[in-house]
Amino acid sequence: MSQAQAIGFQILQSVFVVLAAPLLVGWVNQCRAWLQNRSAPSVLLPYWTLAKLFNKEAVIARGASPLFRATPYILFGCMWLAAGIVPVLATGLPFAPAADIIALVGIFALARVFSALAAMDIGTSFGSLGARREMMIGFLAEPAMLMTLFTAAFISGSTQLTTIVDTLGHREFALYPSLAFAAVAFLMVLLAENARIPIDNPATHLELTMIHEAMILEYSGRHLALIEWAVAIKLFAYMTIGIALFVPWGIAGAGDWRALPAAFGALAAKLALAGAGLALIEALLAKLRLLLAPEFLSTAFLLGVLGMLTHFFVRG
Amino acid sequence: MSFVHAALSPLAGALACTMLWLAIAAASLVPAGNAAFARRFAFPLGALAGLVLAALGLEAVWLPVQKLTLPLGLPDLPFHLRLDPLAGFFLMLLGSVSAGISVYAAGYFKAEPSGRLALIGFQYHVFLASMAFVLLADDAYLFMVAWETMALSSYFLVITDHKQAAIRSAGFLYLLVAHLGAIAILLCFGVLHGGHGDYSFDALRATQLQPAWATVAFLLAFAGFGAKAGMLPLHIWLPEAHPAAPSPVSALMSGIMLKTAIYGMVRVIFDLIGNVRWEWGLVVLVVGAGTALFGILYALMQHDLKRLLAYSSVENIGIILLGLGMSMVFIGFGHPAAGTLGLIAALYHSLNHAVFKSLLFLGAGSILHSGGLRNLNDMGGLIHRMPKTAFYFLIGALSISALPPLNGFVSEWLTFQTALQATILQNGVVRSLLPLFAATLALAGALTAMCFVKVFGVAFLGQPREPAHPSLPHAGDAGEMERFGMAWLAAGCFALGLFPTSFLLILNRVAVSLGGQGLSEQALSGSGWLWLVPTAAEQASYSPLIFLVMIVAVTLLTFFLVRRFYHGRVRLADPWDCGYPERTSRMQDTADAFGQPIRHVFGPLYRMERTLPGPDDTAPRYTLKIEDRHWYWLYLPVARAAEFVSAKIALLQQGRISIYLLYSFITLIALLVFVR
Repeated sequence: MSQAQAIGFQILQSVFVVLAAPLLVGWVNQCRAWLQNRSAPSVLLPYWTLAKLFNKEAVIARGASPLFRATPYILFGCMWLAAGIVPVLATGLPFAPAADIIALVGIFALARVFSALAAMDIGTSFGSLGARREMMIGFLAEPAMLMTLFTAAFISGSTQLTTIVDTLGHREFALYPSLAFAAVAFLMVLLAENARIPIDNPATHLELTMIHEAMILEYSGRHLALIEWAVAIKLFAYMTIGIALFVPWGIAGAGDWRALPAAFGALAAKLALAGAGLALIEALLAKLRLLLAPEFLSTAFLLGVLGMLTHFFVRG
Repeated sequence: MSFVHAALSPLAGALACTMLWLAIAAASLVPAGNAAFARRFAFPLGALAGLVLAALGLEAVWLPVQKLTLPLGLPDLPFHLRLDPLAGFFLMLLGSVSAGISVYAAGYFKAEPSGRLALIGFQYHVFLASMAFVLLADDAYLFMVAWETMALSSYFLVITDHKQAAIRSAGFLYLLVAHLGAIAILLCFGVLHGGHGDYSFDALRATQLQPAWATVAFLLAFAGFGAKAGMLPLHIWLPEAHPAAPSPVSALMSGIMLKTAIYGMVRVIFDLIGNVRWEWGLVVLVVGAGTALFGILYALMQHDLKRLLAYSSVENIGIILLGLGMSMVFIGFGHPAAGTLGLIAALYHSLNHAVFKSLLFLGAGSILHSGGLRNLNDMGGLIHRMPKTAFYFLIGALSISALPPLNGFVSEWLTFQTALQATILQNGVVRSLLPLFAATLALAGALTAMCFVKVFGVAFLGQPREPAHPSLPHAGDAGEMERFGMAWLAAGCFALGLFPTSFLLILNRVAVSLGGQGLSEQALSGSGWLWLVPTAAEQASYSPLIFLVMIVAVTLLTFFLVRRFYHGRVRLADPWDCGYPERTSRMQDTADAFGQPIRHVFGPLYRMERTLPGPDDTAPRYTLKIEDRHWYWLYLPVARAAEFVSAKIALLQQGRISIYLLYSFITLIALLVFVR
């Protein structure tokens, strides 16, 4: 595999993820509409929404600082970088060693901190309320995510996602009890971090219990479009991290062009299933009271820790 | 020839820099025209001496150990000096960070009245020099002299505003805990010396202690240096003394003085006692985990900015202790490479914390100077009044929140990597304990991010919460010298974050000099200027520079694509805020409100007094008071016991000379009986 080919793979994957992310959101919304016996909007609706928002002018509140205007770009950049590092289509990407799983969690934290700061920038009551709640979710979700990733890191002896996927993808099929704990914890973190039911409701504004939407209330036009797009990429990235950790089979190696169609097919099938599953979860569960969110997430954290300990007990 | 060589050595240079600090201190006391002298000459020259000292320390890391004996001190008991890589690294920390603080101080103290400024200039430079002597000392005698000079000079700096009773009592508390610690350190040297009568560090190093005595020495050193570092439950002086001191002094104390305690811990435990046992490591880990969590949970509850930063220093000491503890566990079990990694992580975090915490304290000082504000609940919207300070403060806040690609992330990353080496341990219990400490670190790190979102968001963003505050209209940005000092430290945050491998190699050399084995060959061959590889390239790697370049490139690409294909039109309007018509600046979160989820989740940890207004109060008032539980279960009982005992002992004092003569007589008789 030549370096140029690997870089080609890298660029291909990064562009693919950014372009495909709204499709995943459209698919999840479509599944949810079906489950709720509604006639579903087009799966392409998120693209039209983004195009509409990009063409509108941006309204910015008086008294906003430069931080407010820079944040949508920073968010989008963070998510794009994350999507470039996660092995979505292929392992062994040339930029992947620049950031391991801890740095990946760091990227998400960076994005979270900036979005919370931007929410507090105008000085509205809803903005700071959203920022406070987002950081409350974050301080529990982030360690829970790290614990999940550490479980995989202990099994494969590495914090490089590429090595983890290679180890887990090419092993003989064996049940790891620790990975089962980790998978449940990861699912809970995924729901919380992507502002999904039961922690937050992506389909509602103007509700006193909102978290994510409260933070971006003051955004409009292209800024809002970038944020919405970044949110879609984040969901895509989380799902592909989950796929990479728990069902890594079928991924290609960087530069292996012949394996690429199969990798595409496998990824599409897994994401379709995962999206449908997410919609099912959202259809079945009710939103938790806000004060129960810490309990939900500390359960995730404890499950992650348990998974890590199980690895040692079962092995040793 | 050898004399010339010795005079040019880094040790002699370091001594000269330290002497220069002492000379500046003495010159500051000269009464005539000292205000201009301090501003234009004393502090800038002190900063220059710091830079030279940092360069010499860096040079000393790569040179063999150097020694020097000074013909000072008591007869037959000269001062021994020694400069080895460990001391060199900490001299670098002291010199480079104090350089930024001194430049800042030149601007900060310019409005002080001349008499006070003379005293501050004197104490400030004596403080710096005593810290340098702590690092250079090679015998217990000089070490204790320097250590006590450091405590006293910083005590007088803390009580600069001694006319306020609260500040006097904060200073007293600091002095008390400092001396408790000093007694423990003194006793530790006593145990280590084992009855030879030679208190040079070489002799202490050579002493072979029995395991029980070695453990006693470890516990004394850990408690003694821990008291200075702010470790639980001896942290109590930190949140009192740091806010009391002028801001550059808070920066010196929190950024550098706490690190001399870490230096002392490493020097005594790894070097003088030696033969580190893994059980000691577990003690350090448990205390470190408790300190880290406690510190950040209490920091989240504060609304006094400098008090909050002090509690956050407690947390960071906990993180450093976690790294040290892991290192001791690995070394105790015979895995020197992993142990080295832990030591490197701890020392790296010491340097990082020195840089970003000093930066944050200086930022807090600028806010205090410009508007007289120290309560976060009165701040808001400062980014419009002091944009440059806001920029530097943001860099410090992002660094301390351990966000890539800045420096706090690197040391926490290294600590995590150390914890992930746990699989090589043989002991099953300890092996599964280490990940739990990693979990604690993850939790503390995420809470730090929340805490500093609160600080930056409440202080700099939004609208002023008290628009009628008397000094707010005059608030302006920090002065030139102040900004220069902050810029230097902010640049340090970037340098330490983006070029971690250079520092990794320095610290590897320090670890090797302490008798360790150093990092594995794979790690050293895999690490270039671009890549940080702690163990082996396929296990873990991190490249902050690529990370930064990519994130900037992708963000700029997005920006230009959006501008190219769409437009840059912007319309200014009133905030929407869900269409609510009423909107005042009092409707934003205060610092206390922002911590509310934490109070809810961790309620039992705090001692809270809260009064909620009733539904039909005409003048509703909400008050909240959070207190440290340690006061109630530890300090107040001890204080009461001390008062009780001293009241009983006071019965001896009758105030009549015949009674005292009787005491002497009885003592004499008793001694005679005893001697026979």
